[in-house]
Amino acid sequence: MELITLTSWDLSLAALLVVALAVLSFQMRLGLSRSIIIAALRTVVQLMLIGLVLKLIFNTTHFGWVVLVAVVMLLAAGREVMVRQQRRFAGVQSFALGTLSLFISTVVVTLLVLTVVISAEPWYSPQYAIPLLGMMLGNTMNGIALGLDRLTQTAWQQRDVIEARLILGQTPQQSISDIRRESIRSGMIPIINAMAVAGIVSLPGMMTGQILAGAAPMEAVNYQILIMFMVTAGTGFGTIFAVTMAARHLFDGRERLRLDRLHKAIV
Amino acid sequence: MNIPARKGSVVLSCLQIKNIQVRHLGPLSLTISSDAAVSLRGQSGCGKSLLMRAIADLDPHLGEVILDGVPREEFSGPQWRKKIGYLPAVSQWWGDYVREHFDAEIDKDQIHEWLAALDLKQAILEATTATLSSGERQRLALIRLLANRPQVLLLDELTASLDSANITNVETLIAGYQQQQRCAVLWISHDHQQLQRVASRHFVIEQGKLLEQEMAWN
Repeated sequence: MELITLTSWDLSLAALLVVALAVLSFQMRLGLSRSIIIAALRTVVQLMLIGLVLKLIFNTTHFGWVVLVAVVMLLAAGREVMVRQQRRFAGVQSFALGTLSLFISTVVVTLLVLTVVISAEPWYSPQYAIPLLGMMLGNTMNGIALGLDRLTQTAWQQRDVIEARLILGQTPQQSISDIRRESIRSGMIPIINAMAVAGIVSLPGMMTGQILAGAAPMEAVNYQILIMFMVTAGTGFGTIFAVTMAARHLFDGRERLRLDRLHKAIV
Repeated sequence: MNIPARKGSVVLSCLQIKNIQVRHLGPLSLTISSDAAVSLRGQSGCGKSLLMRAIADLDPHLGEVILDGVPREEFSGPQWRKKIGYLPAVSQWWGDYVREHFDAEIDKDQIHEWLAALDLKQAILEATTATLSSGERQRLALIRLLANRPQVLLLDELTASLDSANITNVETLIAGYQQQQRCAVLWISHDHQQLQRVASRHFVIEQGKLLEQEMAWN
């Protein structure tokens, strides 16, 4: 099978669909037209840039460059987790929490897969390392952002319940246990659902891409299973870590609920 | 007054509040001996509940709170709050059933006794929390709190949603518990006559200051 190259003309046609959606959302006053256009432009610019970067890096296979790209991706994902919180911890804490959770979950899982499962030569081959890390970060970021947003929003709404439990002598962990569990669930459910319907309802994006690019279906399937497992593990561990740390940080040393540590994002 | 001896040294059994300062409130100080009840009044927003929250250590604040000679910092937050029985004006119920809000190893006979004293049936423990009336919630919240055997009671508008017969029941129950446990009680209410009935000393908060008065009304 041969790869059919897409021209700028082909992409422009696809772009028209997005513009049509923006026009419709403007007419329906959904307040999303601006976001749609900006996000679409970001997609184009960011993907073009990473395309250029990957082209350069694939030619060099230098460890330093791979690390640099990975760090930039990680920091960008950490920032994204932060800005998606309606109520977030003040200042650098929010960014640090998201980035640390992403680092622990995605980087560990990706390193494990690169060295043990794929064992490319060298193990940090950018052709494997960067796309895998990207898939991991993109999905894990969603889970962590959803889980944290749910935690802080629910804690805010149910502050009286949490304090009622504290007043009766419960520990912070006990008093927020229900909310913490629900928040972790809301972060993990999308990826579990995605695994459950993979191949029946949806053909996952990476596999579709590989097949479109001419790979044998079974090869694409094997990689997709690997990705699914990595992403699920990364999302799960990352969400559990982030929500647990954040839930702890909602209380102080005297075990008081400290919602004054959260700041409402100005939208 | 009961003065228990503690390992050789004599310590007053009481709740001491020293220079509490939180937001617009204070600094204010107050000592309530155990077995005494004190009333607290003041306009809405004057800081009555803020003071109770500070004593229960729910908000960051300045000042000290000492129970029977032991500073609050010697206890963890949960240990302290179990000793300080704070009952906010609105009770919260997070589980589906009333029973979920009581520890498994509570003294069941005692709970049943309290339920009867407050004109509630034992079956209410099996009820869903969504079906409780506001009066039932408030009485059950009191029993839930007493089950911890607190040494201090901070009662915020405890009887606001009760009829006169139930108000008498609640006042009698509190008086009995106070006698039995020798606990210090701080009552907040807008009902002057009630405060006159239940408390022996009367305070009012005005412009962030605590003033003692002879009667529970001006």
